[in-house]
Amino acid sequence: MSEQTPFLRLENLSKDYGQGMVLHSLSLDVDAGEFLTLLGPSGCGKTTTLRIIAGLEDATEGRVYLDGADVTKLPPEKRNLNTVFQSYALFPHMNVFQNVAYGLKIKKVPKAEIQQRVMEALQLVQLTGYEKRMPSQLSGGQRQRVAIARAVVLRPKVLLLDEPLGALDLKLRQQMQQELKRLQKQLGITFIYITHDQEEALNMSSRIVIMREGRVEQIGTPEEVYEHPATLFAAGFIGQSNLIHGVVDKVGEDGQMTILSEGVSLPAYAEKEYHPGDKVVLCLRPQRVRYGSEPQHGLDLQGLILDKEYSGGMQHTHIRLGDTLDIRVMSQSSELDSYQIGDKVHVGWSIRHAPVVPDNPAEEAQ
Amino acid sequence: MKKKRIGSTLFLTLVLLFLYLPIVVVIVYSFNDNPARIPLQFTGWTTRWYEELFAGKGGYGSALVLSLQVALWSVLSSVVIGTLGAVGMVQATLRSGKGSRGDNLMESIAILPIMIPEIILGLAFMVIFDALGIKGNTIRLVLAHTTFCIPYVFLSVKSRMVSMDTALFDAARDLGATQRRILRDITLPLCAPAILSGAFLAFAMSMDDFVISFFVYGVGEGTLPLKIYSSVKTGVSLRVNALCTLMILAVFLLVAMNQYLQAVRAKKERMLQKA
Repeated sequence: MSEQTPFLRLENLSKDYGQGMVLHSLSLDVDAGEFLTLLGPSGCGKTTTLRIIAGLEDATEGRVYLDGADVTKLPPEKRNLNTVFQSYALFPHMNVFQNVAYGLKIKKVPKAEIQQRVMEALQLVQLTGYEKRMPSQLSGGQRQRVAIARAVVLRPKVLLLDEPLGALDLKLRQQMQQELKRLQKQLGITFIYITHDQEEALNMSSRIVIMREGRVEQIGTPEEVYEHPATLFAAGFIGQSNLIHGVVDKVGEDGQMTILSEGVSLPAYAEKEYHPGDKVVLCLRPQRVRYGSEPQHGLDLQGLILDKEYSGGMQHTHIRLGDTLDIRVMSQSSELDSYQIGDKVHVGWSIRHAPVVPDNPAEEAQ
Repeated sequence: MKKKRIGSTLFLTLVLLFLYLPIVVVIVYSFNDNPARIPLQFTGWTTRWYEELFAGKGGYGSALVLSLQVALWSVLSSVVIGTLGAVGMVQATLRSGKGSRGDNLMESIAILPIMIPEIILGLAFMVIFDALGIKGNTIRLVLAHTTFCIPYVFLSVKSRMVSMDTALFDAARDLGATQRRILRDITLPLCAPAILSGAFLAFAMSMDDFVISFFVYGVGEGTLPLKIYSSVKTGVSLRVNALCTLMILAVFLLVAMNQYLQAVRAKKERMLQKA
């Protein structure tokens, strides 16, 4: 292998369980110390990918390289990476200490060192004093921490986390998100994290891999995938968007163009080259849209306020552009209280923050 | 409302009488001091049938020892075979990722011995043992009993395995355990209660078996059920009553112990959940 080999490389991974392909030639490079999230709806192949990396599943085709070595055919115990399972999978007949110590015991680490490393790991996940408890005596969040301690105590090169927060309630989940981030910084090891929760992915990751039906849709930092979705699926899956389907009308210079949708001509901007007649979707974040008595962001679109909803400091407004094109707008409630349902307003947004993606009916996220 | 309850109480009483009166009669008659061949009158209390039970000519001691020996060996071998079979089958299904038709077939074959009429099984064993020249009574009994004991262990362990979180096996592999290690550290400890209850059932079945043992057994006193049968042929000896009373007592104690253990376990689990 050349010296530019990334820390973890997946090369053309395919998986077929006999009932159709679950992974289609997936390739992915991961750097050391990254917090990489595989994000996608259930059935997109993210868990299969993780299990192939872990060695719990064989790929039908393709290779896995870890730290310069081909580990495709290695059994899990020889790979030096560990997994935190969705169901935690704590051994119910062992107490917390025995659970965390299990991997070390198998590696025949001396007793005194086991003792010391287990206590360190428990301290890391803030469970000191719980050594003698059985898993059934722990709360969901505590079990989660034991599962993490059990994996990191072996000092793996990569920690694989399969929807580890899926079974926790919202408040605990947010708290654990912070803790996992802290843990990853503290340990400095690579995390590969699976979730179907886009908010979780945006909060925690250094990079996000958006997956759909066994393929990679987009790879990028949270900001990139949020601000510049590459596909309609990515745009619909990450955050909220008004997905305005239309046709490219005119193409100007520097990526400037107009899109015709339901009789309304919408100015837009795209780095990619489009041609008049291309079917496209304009992805408009509700919180990017402004309205008022003056033209906004240099756009002069006329809108009619259809509906207003107030929810917890935010104002949700439905505005109709033209005759039939309805968009959702989200704003700080204090700013725009003066407008009433039925008022006519000027509507606009920064076209650089409203990405354009090719239309593809098969891709639309639910 | 009240009337209804009287009706159902009466019904329950009748059912219980029907079930347990014969047993009560056996227990009472085991203390009957009437040495007639078929004692109908109760002529006084005695404990001599118990004293004579294991002593002297025609005692039940050697039959009991044989029964216990056969039960012990059959239970041990059926526990090994049944447990490994169940564990192996469930894990093979997991590895292939789907339940196959072969899987169902294997399971049907595994539990066949308790579906086939005993008399046919007994006959079959007799024929094959004679054909193979297996002559020792104990080995013949152990082989036959093991065969019909396996399904009890197999079914009990398999239902436990199926209800287990498969991620436990993945987690153990992920932590570096080999298949052998997983079996020792994870699978067997978690299956232990199921193995134990299967073994209890198998033990009871082996101790109780008459039909198959009758065919398989050659010349001699035989197991306890065989011995009881042959002594009843020449009239109900009151010693049989005494023996039956002891056996009922043993069964009663086993059931009570099982209930107690379950109650303790349930209580422990409730406490764990509260904590």
